[in-house]
Amino acid sequence: MKVVVAMSGGVDSSVVAGLMAREGHEVIGVTLQLYDHGAAVGRKGACCAGQDIHDAKRVADRLGIAHYVIDSETRFKDSVISAFADAYAQGETPVPCIACNQHLKFGDLLEMAKGLGADALATGHYVRRLEGPNGAEMHKAVDETRDQSWFLFATTQEQLDFCRFPLGAYASKAEVRVVAAEMGLAVAEKADSQDICFVPSGTYVGIVEKLRPDALEEGEVVSEDGRVLGTHQGIARYTIGQAKRLPDKAAHMVVKSIEPGTKRIVVGPRGTQSRIIRLRDVNWLTASEELRASVKLRARDSLRAATIRPDGQGAMLELEEPALAAPGQAAVFYEGSRILGGGFII
Amino acid sequence: MIYLDANATEPLRPEARDAALATMETGGNPSSVHQAGRAARKILEAARERVADLTHARPADVVFCAGATEANALAIHALGAGRSVLIGATEHDAIRAAAPHALPLPVHPNGQVDLVALQAHLTAHPGALVCLMAANNETGVLHDIESAAKLCAEAGALLHVDAVQAVGRCNQDWLALGAASFALSGHKFGGPPGAGALVTRPYLEIKALIRGGGQELGRRGGTPALPAIAGLAAALGKPYFAGQIAAWRDEIEAFCVTQGAVSVGAGAPRLPNTLCLALPGVRADIQLITLDMAGICVSSGSACSSGKVTASHVLLAMGLGDLAGQAIRVSLPWNAEAAMVLKFKAAYEAMARRALRSAPQSA
Repeated sequence: MKVVVAMSGGVDSSVVAGLMAREGHEVIGVTLQLYDHGAAVGRKGACCAGQDIHDAKRVADRLGIAHYVIDSETRFKDSVISAFADAYAQGETPVPCIACNQHLKFGDLLEMAKGLGADALATGHYVRRLEGPNGAEMHKAVDETRDQSWFLFATTQEQLDFCRFPLGAYASKAEVRVVAAEMGLAVAEKADSQDICFVPSGTYVGIVEKLRPDALEEGEVVSEDGRVLGTHQGIARYTIGQAKRLPDKAAHMVVKSIEPGTKRIVVGPRGTQSRIIRLRDVNWLTASEELRASVKLRARDSLRAATIRPDGQGAMLELEEPALAAPGQAAVFYEGSRILGGGFII
Repeated sequence: MIYLDANATEPLRPEARDAALATMETGGNPSSVHQAGRAARKILEAARERVADLTHARPADVVFCAGATEANALAIHALGAGRSVLIGATEHDAIRAAAPHALPLPVHPNGQVDLVALQAHLTAHPGALVCLMAANNETGVLHDIESAAKLCAEAGALLHVDAVQAVGRCNQDWLALGAASFALSGHKFGGPPGAGALVTRPYLEIKALIRGGGQELGRRGGTPALPAIAGLAAALGKPYFAGQIAAWRDEIEAFCVTQGAVSVGAGAPRLPNTLCLALPGVRADIQLITLDMAGICVSSGSACSSGKVTASHVLLAMGLGDLAGQAIRVSLPWNAEAAMVLKFKAAYEAMARRALRSAPQSA
């Protein structure tokens, strides 16, 4: 098989490239250049690429495979970074990794792989692709602490059919590092990447401030009956359910809703939660029909029993027990280890 | 493997290889006073005399350095001090990065510098240093150095020529035309990488960029890369079959145009070996990967050291818009063969057909 491997320069995707080469496939390593590394770390004159691309090239050399760098800066800026800032300005709490998987890795890169005549695209995601009676199924990784299925819910059936995720079968990251060391890869001991790759300093507020300064203008913190309890320094600093950074008069309360138009943060007591959640842009990895499943409303949330009813491009979610749901986050449907689909919380 | 990326580096010429290897065997440092030093010095000065002879300069006006990037930086450092610097809009980064505050000179759509604009700029900045490339690395387009030099002379300006792509392929007597200096690099005409030279008109004072131990008459410190310099001198002036190479280039060009390609700079005088082909709607990086997978080595003039390909500033300056990100450069080597041309044409045809098939249908 001819396989394109998405190589980030980290240990996971490097091992995937090695595994594919070891299985005798013709491997083409591709690294997407997503943002100007020099600009991101604020060092003028630093190479646009940075250490990760250098590492990916070294791994490709070691494995004896071809490697290319694809400039995806414009696409990443438009479909991930700007969308990220816009979501905050609309009072949502976005998940940029989902947008990146959706538009760049399983969008542009997958199309490119097909264009180059490849038979499959392999990535270092921790998720399993198992053959089912109706085509490929997506399942949680064996190592549940590493499982990334929640971030991959938007992968369509057609994309899933073309993809390979060899790391989903590994029992732990430690095992992956052992394989990397066996292959003689210099990245075997490299540290894990951080949460949001384009925010190296760890604070996303700076990015939002640059692209959507309106999301960081002062506004009022009000109670559910409209009493003003204090002020805040920008709606982008808040998410639904958050208790931090609220004025003293709102102590012991949490954010109930965010109103972008009036720039108001509405707070209320903990505990009052909703059972009905509306979803947009739902992706189905099973037949689109009413079903009972477990849903996950945040990346690191527990599973909740729910009934899901398709509604046009969206869906209506009815939880057995009420919960807090933040607009912009994903609700992903599970049946055992299998991912049945998911959508974005409205 | 079909190597059609001579503008990145020319294949080593056998004479250059022999000279470099022999020099490595000789050893010695030209600055040493003993016999080993004298042997090394003899090689260095013989190389200098040969370069001077072939470029119509005095040996004393040849400054060896690491390559054209350094030679260009040295020229701008030494000649640009106290002057305004004017550079062509399509210059290489070796010039652009060395003169960050320079004023850009526009080019015509065919890639040649706009001489009317040059004259206007010279009126505003009479004693300027003007930097123009003899031949463009991405398109092969030749600037009219003779006319530019005349305008510079009339305005009392100095002209530095980045001749790195022209030496060995399309030589001119740049000093006789009026240039104050020009830069060359050995590996662009079949020498080993690591040596180049700044060649100047007589008695031009060159203040060092790197002072070090005062080598090169105080104009460039550091022990010279003698094997590379010997190889450079051996490669210079070797036969170059420009007519045959241009005929193959034209054959490729005519064929690719029938496949939907746009030949960039086709209307201008060009290097014999260089062809810039835009395939509308197909990203340059995808073209490079596709051809590489077919065993063909070409490049896009705009690749950064990481290998990332972006829209070319050269093609943008020529007003090509979106096509600036959809062009590849084919540059035939000095030892090109007819078989290369056939294989390239077949690979290009397959690529263009596939692109045509997968292109979105317009309504």
